[in-house]
Amino acid sequence: MIQADLTVILPEIVLALYAMGALIGAVYTGKDKLAVPLVWSTAALLAVVAVWIGTSGAGTQTAFNGMFIDDGFSRFAKVALLLGAAAVLLVGQDYMARRGMLRFEYPILVALAAVGMMMMVSAGDLMALYMGLELQSLSLYVVAAMRRDSVKSTEAGLKYFVLGALSSGLLLYGASLVYGFAGTTQFAGIIQVAEHGSMSIGMLFGLVFMISGMAFKVSAVPFHMWTPDVYEGAPTPVTAFFATAPKVAAMGLFARVLFDAFGGAISDWQQIIVVLSVLSMFLGAIAAIGQRDIKRLMAFSSIAHMGYAMIGLAAGTEAGVTAMLVYLAIYVTMNIGTFSFILMLEKDGKPVTDILALNQFASREPGKALAVLVLMFSLAGVPPMLGFFAKFGVWQAGVDAGLMTLVIASAVASVIGAFYYLRIVFYMYFGTGEDDVEAKGSPVLTLALMASAALMLVGVVYQFGIDGAAAAAAATLVN
Amino acid sequence: MSVFAFYLFAISAITGGLFTVISRQPVHSVLWLILAFLSSAGLFVLLGAEFVAMLLVIVYVGAVAVLFLFVVMMLDVDFAELKAEMAKYMPLALLIGLVILMQFVMAFGVWETAHKAPELLANPVPADRHNTEALGLIIYDQYFLLFQLAGLILLVAMIGAIVLTLRHRQDVKRQDVVAQMMRDPAAAMELKDVKPGQGL
Repeated sequence: MIQADLTVILPEIVLALYAMGALIGAVYTGKDKLAVPLVWSTAALLAVVAVWIGTSGAGTQTAFNGMFIDDGFSRFAKVALLLGAAAVLLVGQDYMARRGMLRFEYPILVALAAVGMMMMVSAGDLMALYMGLELQSLSLYVVAAMRRDSVKSTEAGLKYFVLGALSSGLLLYGASLVYGFAGTTQFAGIIQVAEHGSMSIGMLFGLVFMISGMAFKVSAVPFHMWTPDVYEGAPTPVTAFFATAPKVAAMGLFARVLFDAFGGAISDWQQIIVVLSVLSMFLGAIAAIGQRDIKRLMAFSSIAHMGYAMIGLAAGTEAGVTAMLVYLAIYVTMNIGTFSFILMLEKDGKPVTDILALNQFASREPGKALAVLVLMFSLAGVPPMLGFFAKFGVWQAGVDAGLMTLVIASAVASVIGAFYYLRIVFYMYFGTGEDDVEAKGSPVLTLALMASAALMLVGVVYQFGIDGAAAAAAATLVN
Repeated sequence: MSVFAFYLFAISAITGGLFTVISRQPVHSVLWLILAFLSSAGLFVLLGAEFVAMLLVIVYVGAVAVLFLFVVMMLDVDFAELKAEMAKYMPLALLIGLVILMQFVMAFGVWETAHKAPELLANPVPADRHNTEALGLIIYDQYFLLFQLAGLILLVAMIGAIVLTLRHRQDVKRQDVVAQMMRDPAAAMELKDVKPGQGL
């Protein structure tokens, strides 16, 4: 039996063994001199594992007495998060190496975080969920504080750690209440007893606490307070990482718990998700208007985007989960491009994050400016770009599920939010005043920026089968 | 008797927790925390989980709390100032606390488990095995995956501690065993013929 179990989690085992092997190897040999090759090999392995998971495996398999679920949903989320992590590693490598921030532990911690994220989206048990979440979170706390000679980075790490510990506490308390009511920690058991109308108040309490804990991880309002500070303080490549793979994992976990364990009580949690979603969209849109630091701006942008993705969750239907998965995939692609651009910005060799520095950028770098224009339009959800279709998907699912008010609120929020994305474009093309910010960096960055922008245009016509895969994935989760 | 013991331990655990938060001296806080740990160990004994109770005493009281004590004594933090900051938000915190307390009373006052819960409940202690053995059977068999994951989490914690604190200083001479062994007299010594009365 153990052999069958191990076969199911083979991708996770391979990644974990690689991380441990690389750690031992690097410690005993070149240490930080090996950092660059390690980044490349880790990114390559993450991509290979993503392809492996994407092409192999069919149907639903459970392992370790139902602790680990390998189904279409988990595979979709894993492919998205692994590819996102691989891309972010490559994109950030040049920036970190040039500023002496690249340490060999960075790719290893990212690989371990990826293992944690894969466990999160595959969790079939409250304890497995918590273990995966902690493995991911602990790695993230460390990489946030990686630049230990910078006060901001240290502050970011510490803030993230303390608030993350608090949210883990909330989640655990909720899990204990759920366990107390259901008598089991397995999702398969919880769903048998968690039916609408038959849940006791205690169970509902547990559910609310668990949702609070998970909302913290996706930085949904009102559990978002850490996000701007952590995004601003952490080294930019790390911020790029935070804004991609962990978001997919956390939303995947959210959907996993809500549908696998509480799928019978949708009306009990639907209203909570609706409130979280509306607040996130509006706060993300309005609070970002005053920001001049592009990293803080992206933090609020990520809060807002998680709000949109949560519309799909709130719908509580298969179509909703499909729309959410597609939204996440598109969001990750857009963010990789945007952060490649942010990583390139520098002035006299120093990184620049002030958006006012982008004045007249288009006259100096027309190609890159055009790519950023496409990405910003896409993030804002302007119709011809793929970002609009992502939003349209969740809106459609929301309307079908009868959440008309939520969809209208979301449309209003997206119009408000468009302001700050378009302002960046405005500065680039029509900004007055001379600023000689440059966009330098390795060809990888330019490639990532261009590819991501191109995908936003090509995706409108052809989506590389993402739709079908997401629909198949959602079908295995919601039934 | 066991009801009496339960209330004794429960009250002292809550008292310990309360004074951990409100006591003025950080060192006192840690001592109150130890009381809370000990009381919860007592509660575990009442539940029949002796091994976990002893673990709590040995690990939490013996190691973690003592470490805390050292950290608190070493840290130069003005706790009075922190407390003053806290007092500012106290009314709001008390209000929220009161609301949550009321809700808990509501939730636990009518606490009932699902009617299917007893059949779903895995019996943690097989009848014919003692505590430690039963735990071992569960951890290394049923929860094998979680056990391994816990190991990975601890590995990450270790990497993190090293990444964030280890500094390689250039001005420190370290022992290089291989270099020491590879030395030979020809490379390590230079013979000089010093003339009398002249020096080098």
